[in-house]
Amino acid sequence: MKIIVAGCGKIGTTIISQLAAEGHDVVALDHNPSVLAEITNIYDVMGLCGNCTNVEILEEAGAESARLFVAATGSDELNMLACFLARRMGAHHSIARIRNPEYNERGLRFVREQLNLSMSINPDMLAAQELFNILKLPSAVKIERFSGRNFEMIEMMLKPNSILNGMTVIEMRNKYKGKYLICVVQRGDDVYIPDGNFILHSGDRIGLTASSAEIQRLLRSLGVMQKQARSVMILGGSRTAVYLARLLINIGVSVKIIEQDAAVCRDLSETLPKAVIVNGDGAQQELLLEEGLRSTDAFISLTGMDEENILISIFAASQNVPTVISKVNRDELASMAGRLGIDCIVSPRKIVSDVLVRYARALQNSVGSNIETLYNLMDGKAEALEFNVKTESPLLGVPLKALSLKQNVLIAGIIRERKTIIPDGDDVIQLGDRVVVLSTNQHFQDFTDIIK
Amino acid sequence: MNRRMILHMVGQIVMLEAVLLMLPLTVSLIYGEKCVISLAVTAILAVTVGLVMTLISRPGYRTIYAKEGFVIVALAWLLMSAIGALPFVISGEIPSFIDAFFETVSGFTTTGASILTDIESMSRGLLFWRSFTHWIGGMGVLVLIMAILPADSGRSIHIMRAEVPGPSVGKLVPKIRSTAKILYMIYIALTGLEIVFLLCGGMPLFDSVVHAFGTAGTGGFGIKSDSIAGYSPYLQWVITVFMLLFGLNFNVYFLIVIGRFRTAIKSSEMWCMLGIFAASATTIAVNIYPLCQNVEKAIRLSAFQVSSILTTTGYATADFDLWPDLSKTILFVLMFIGGCAGSTAGGLKVSRIILLFKLMRRNLHNMLHPRSVGIVRFDGKRIDDKTLDNVSAYFALYVGCFVAAILLISFEPFGFESNVSAVAACINNVGPGFAAVGPTACYAGYSWFSKLILSMAMLIGRLEIYPIILALMPSTWIKK
Repeated sequence: MKIIVAGCGKIGTTIISQLAAEGHDVVALDHNPSVLAEITNIYDVMGLCGNCTNVEILEEAGAESARLFVAATGSDELNMLACFLARRMGAHHSIARIRNPEYNERGLRFVREQLNLSMSINPDMLAAQELFNILKLPSAVKIERFSGRNFEMIEMMLKPNSILNGMTVIEMRNKYKGKYLICVVQRGDDVYIPDGNFILHSGDRIGLTASSAEIQRLLRSLGVMQKQARSVMILGGSRTAVYLARLLINIGVSVKIIEQDAAVCRDLSETLPKAVIVNGDGAQQELLLEEGLRSTDAFISLTGMDEENILISIFAASQNVPTVISKVNRDELASMAGRLGIDCIVSPRKIVSDVLVRYARALQNSVGSNIETLYNLMDGKAEALEFNVKTESPLLGVPLKALSLKQNVLIAGIIRERKTIIPDGDDVIQLGDRVVVLSTNQHFQDFTDIIK
Repeated sequence: MNRRMILHMVGQIVMLEAVLLMLPLTVSLIYGEKCVISLAVTAILAVTVGLVMTLISRPGYRTIYAKEGFVIVALAWLLMSAIGALPFVISGEIPSFIDAFFETVSGFTTTGASILTDIESMSRGLLFWRSFTHWIGGMGVLVLIMAILPADSGRSIHIMRAEVPGPSVGKLVPKIRSTAKILYMIYIALTGLEIVFLLCGGMPLFDSVVHAFGTAGTGGFGIKSDSIAGYSPYLQWVITVFMLLFGLNFNVYFLIVIGRFRTAIKSSEMWCMLGIFAASATTIAVNIYPLCQNVEKAIRLSAFQVSSILTTTGYATADFDLWPDLSKTILFVLMFIGGCAGSTAGGLKVSRIILLFKLMRRNLHNMLHPRSVGIVRFDGKRIDDKTLDNVSAYFALYVGCFVAAILLISFEPFGFESNVSAVAACINNVGPGFAAVGPTACYAGYSWFSKLILSMAMLIGRLEIYPIILALMPSTWIKK
């Protein structure tokens, strides 16, 4: 599928790398030749240097035959104009990054309709929503909702004193009965799809699928159920912080934002009258303690610097704050932060590119592949694919235990007429089911690819 | 440096060579020749070596960087030439390995310089293989690998960059694999077209295929000792036109195929090359008119020779060594210009020459007006200083290699003209030079040492210097 990505900044580059890995024909547009040289060196994409609102450049990029045009430059106006032009030239779909909060008010819908945008993306808003989801269920580090609200996958860390430490998956199933499935385990840098004899360790990051109610029950019986956070401390008064604060205040959580810049603080207190705004340097431990770090339910570090976020989060975790979340944009730092003991990392870049890749998958689905949606798990080291079983195949009607699946592939759930089945060996797949398949990066294109 | 990955890739290329050997094998089977055994033995050997290399390497991580790209290309070409030389040695048709190696390097690098004194006595299977190496080397084996095998990582652009000639490598389409496929498709289509045209002119099938291969790769191996001179004027014109076609940037054909004629005909490199062709051909035609006493013949001979030398093919329809000095000098200069970037031709490439001239003009202007700011434009686009730096550095290296090679073979007793033109013909992948290495003579008289030096010169010319030099530098290999 041909995709044009205009703007190769942080987000643009992440999108390009993901889309290129998915096997799309990607054309990268940027006005900076050295950025393009770097990108074309690393990824199998075509680079084109020029202004993305220049019709000649768009023509050269082949906008008239593109299935998807993504504008991710630093300027909202440029993105809107580029998308508009690309659509007029014949691109089938367009997605613009629109970040300015002013544009994201009520006028957004009008703009979207007039510009024929398929989607607008606000990275700050998406990040805020992700953070909000985690804060609502603080035991998990990440929550993924599959089709139908009732089927979720949560990723959680096994704490050092976890009762699951040293237990095999079978022992765990015998002890805590219920309809759930441990689908994926990340230990260090490796990701496993565990079988019954897999022994769980403290420090593992495990992925569980179950219905929402089941998850609550299981977490409670494991003794790791944490109540929803009542008070949240946010470091850094970024746009994400404002969106998050609004969401939290709406459900009655008390929010404290620490921001260095006095002018920004004044703006914050104007837009968020119910939040407590503190003007000070969040890197000072004394200040954090004075503002009640020890008694807060959750601490979220959202400054612009990845390194600062990681270090301050380590300090917060050492003060026994129950939930510590850190914003880390760079992949390599994110995996290091995990090793340093920060369980929960949110990367706006990743979130945006996930959304985009999901959109591209859906588009491709309408062209040929059977993949309904794709979810990246464990920092992209594993993925969950949702297939819609539309055609007859030899897999149907066979009990799962009789299927010889490829290595590192797991059928994590079957959704049949709004009912979620957490499958065991006797379950069968029927025509019309939606099947969630987990794998460690094998890039399946079709449902039948999962058997040997 | 990812040595395992280098070993792995080179192993794959050697195996690919075994597959490619099947074609001459079939030809010699059809003609029922004895050389079939030597081809079969070589193919089996290549498969074994390739398998062992790919099996023992088992690369853990598959990422390669620019450095690995260069080394892979250099090693692959060396090993491929060494293995490709074996059929000649085993069959006994070229008994000396050095001679056979020279011949094969000359084939793969599309030079067309030969050590054979009696071409007509060679078996057809080996003649076919000799010309087929031109065809393979013209577009490049690694490009072929990329077209066939799925790309390991996006970074394989490094390999393509090391193998495809020209100052900068642009992709035609986003994916490198599709780009490689399109290039080969254009290549195959043009070759097929030439075969058809040659057949129409009454050339036998075997001759047509072999000459089409020689033209396509801008190589120049023929099957007659008088090259193309014995064929009809129509056939000579066909080959003249196709040599020019293969000397043009393949991007132009791609643009035509996708229907962007207007962008295609705007290529200043193409017009520049055609301009050089027209000017040189006219001058030489006038210059050699007294020798021919026939306008058609003078134009035909001059157009053919200019096209052949400019695109670094090396076919001949006349012994241009006997032509007046003016014509010879023009041909000598044309050797260095070569074809367009992104074609199968050798030489410095027209685009580099254009950039060098523009750079020169800018710097001269800067001398007169020290505060003036000048930028260099090419095809309406601004060329950044880094590319210009690369072009001038490349030119300096080129001259350096040229001079070094001349010095190294200067002890040979054939005279200054022969030695200089031999190096020029090899490093530019042309083939025939003047005097002792002229179109009717061959390289057989040179010593084994000079043959090795000239082989390296051919590789340096075809791979555009860097891969070979980098692979020979100790610092590339030492772990630090």
